[in-house]
Amino acid sequence: MNAWIERQRGLIDFTVANLARRKGRNLGLFLAYALLVFLLASVVLFGDGLRREARLLLADAPELVVQRLTAGRHDLAPEAWLEQLRGLRGVGAVSGRLWGYHFDPTVAANLTVQVPAIDPPPPGRVLLGAALARARGLAAGDVLSLRDHAGKPYAFTVGGMLDARSELVSADLMLVNEADFRAFFGIEPGRYTDLTLAVANPREVRKVAEKVLARLPAARVLTREETRRTYEAVFNWRQGLLLTFLATVLAAFALLAWDKASGLSAEERREIGILKAVGWDTGDVLKMKLWEGALLSITAFLAGYVLAWLHVFYWGAPLFAPVLKGWSVLYPSFALAPRVDLEQLATLAFLTVLPYVAATVVPVWRAATLDPDEVIRE
Amino acid sequence: MIFQPAALALLFAASLNALLLGGAGVFALHLLRYWNPASGGERQIALERRTWLVSTLVGLALLVSLPALALFARTADAMAPFFTGAMCAVGSLQANAWGLPALLAQLLLFFLAAAWLIINHLDQLGWDTPLIRRKYLLLLILAPLAVIQAGLLWLYFLNLNPEVITSCCGSLFGPESGGVASDLAALPVDGSRPLFFAALLATLATGGFFLATGRLGTLFGVLSGIQFLVAIAAVVAFIAPYIYEQPNHHCPFCLLQAEHGYAGWLLYPPLFLGTAAGIGVGLATSARGKESLAETAPRVARGLARLALAGLGGFGLAAVVYIARSNLVL
Repeated sequence: MNAWIERQRGLIDFTVANLARRKGRNLGLFLAYALLVFLLASVVLFGDGLRREARLLLADAPELVVQRLTAGRHDLAPEAWLEQLRGLRGVGAVSGRLWGYHFDPTVAANLTVQVPAIDPPPPGRVLLGAALARARGLAAGDVLSLRDHAGKPYAFTVGGMLDARSELVSADLMLVNEADFRAFFGIEPGRYTDLTLAVANPREVRKVAEKVLARLPAARVLTREETRRTYEAVFNWRQGLLLTFLATVLAAFALLAWDKASGLSAEERREIGILKAVGWDTGDVLKMKLWEGALLSITAFLAGYVLAWLHVFYWGAPLFAPVLKGWSVLYPSFALAPRVDLEQLATLAFLTVLPYVAATVVPVWRAATLDPDEVIRE
Repeated sequence: MIFQPAALALLFAASLNALLLGGAGVFALHLLRYWNPASGGERQIALERRTWLVSTLVGLALLVSLPALALFARTADAMAPFFTGAMCAVGSLQANAWGLPALLAQLLLFFLAAAWLIINHLDQLGWDTPLIRRKYLLLLILAPLAVIQAGLLWLYFLNLNPEVITSCCGSLFGPESGGVASDLAALPVDGSRPLFFAALLATLATGGFFLATGRLGTLFGVLSGIQFLVAIAAVVAFIAPYIYEQPNHHCPFCLLQAEHGYAGWLLYPPLFLGTAAGIGVGLATSARGKESLAETAPRVARGLARLALAGLGGFGLAAVVYIARSNLVL
């Protein structure tokens, strides 16, 4: 075993010296390689981070959401529905939610206005999401004036900001109390945007949803699992689409690697010839060449991955954020929880190192099987 | 569904493997037909050169197949929320007919590629490449398997339909399913536990005996293979229930999840590596008869035996620790 390790060490020593001798050429390849890893890793890291955030958010969402449909469109649900749903077996708490959108011409963006279920702000007060407060330049105590449903100005006093840690969901959020909400949007009492149902036993969720539909044929029922699946699918799809586009970059890189590996200079050919003449066999040359590829791959992969990690977790992924996050005017600025996971690393290695190895293995073999006699004579 | 990054990576790796090994398979046919070490002709020299390429390619395939196996299991696990009824990898793999066959083909590919590399290593140690025919006959099995595996994987990912209601591991390993899985789960603990430890100890003892005396290597190889099947059966029959601390939960895939302390990642890799090395001992021992390998084959076999003992011992130790720590009484 020791002899084997010594042998590999010798080969690595030789290879490193070899790489250092042809700095310019190897540096170019290294940069292209690292850039490729950086691009792919940014997409994968950012997408996975978003997916994880969505999963965390949905963990606290209600099991079922019931919406009223009128002529196939979402409509306000009457209070009477609450009573009808309370009677269903397996259903825990039932409550009505009030939320809506308001277009604010000042920031040219849609605001989400919502009545929180717990601790609503006192009348006339509003809690603002951080991105919205930034855009309007507001601080606690300032007055926020918006036009209500009738076009008249409606003044709120800013009671405070929402926790910046929740900015992914709260960027454009405005929390108000029920009376203000109804007055601002002109919604009469006894009507809700939608209804939420808590179901204690997760295995009964589908059955309860069926029962709701049987009792309220005009309703649309959304389950938490479905919502979560939709989010996952959307993020997966966006991420996959970007990766597919990047496949062209991958192909270009593989071509570059192939070209670099097969275009041996006369000097290199002579070198291999001399190595063989002094007693290296084909296997040794092959090993040396494979070590060369492995060392390059490891360093480029690490460099690219670390850069992507910084790009996503510390610089907010400016390159890919618009595509992966979706399109919106008020962008949340949020930091994803930094994380390294083995599955991701394996995925990335498969997508980047494997093409490199596959593209270079034939040229490497060609180089290793050169006939020393022929090469030295050239 | 296919747009999941891990799925793209797996499909890419499998397709590449199929391409490289498929090409190697065609070469194997050529070589088996024309190989003639006595000749110094051009064709013979070209063949000899090309064998280097093929061994590098198969090495690459093996290097990829173990992480691919792990990644496939993890991806299937991560996809479980997409399918109604799925709670772990089993549910995702059962979402269509191709999932489990693809996983089994991947497993088989790993063991065959490992065996091939061991034979290849031995072959290169002998001055007259004594195992070349054996090696390329095995490649004739390996190459189509790689192509089939890639095909199954494509079929699996292309035919995934989130509308499908699959069944969770509870039903695959439950009494109703009536297949091999449920039979394994239904093995009585009183019988399977002693059987498992007897098989493990017998294998380890044979390995130890081989290291001490250099005899019974072939038997060790055979026992390693059998021990693998017994170990998988034991995981389903009682090791998994001990880890979950639930007598009715037999799934060997849920072990890979975080909820169970990633126990599967401690159990399976040493078992796989140990088994592959153990089978390698048998192969190396059987090559001892070749004149040019009389000295080197036993040396290789001893190295592999040490690796196999470490792997299988590590697996056994992990199983014993999990059973001893469990609050479940079976």
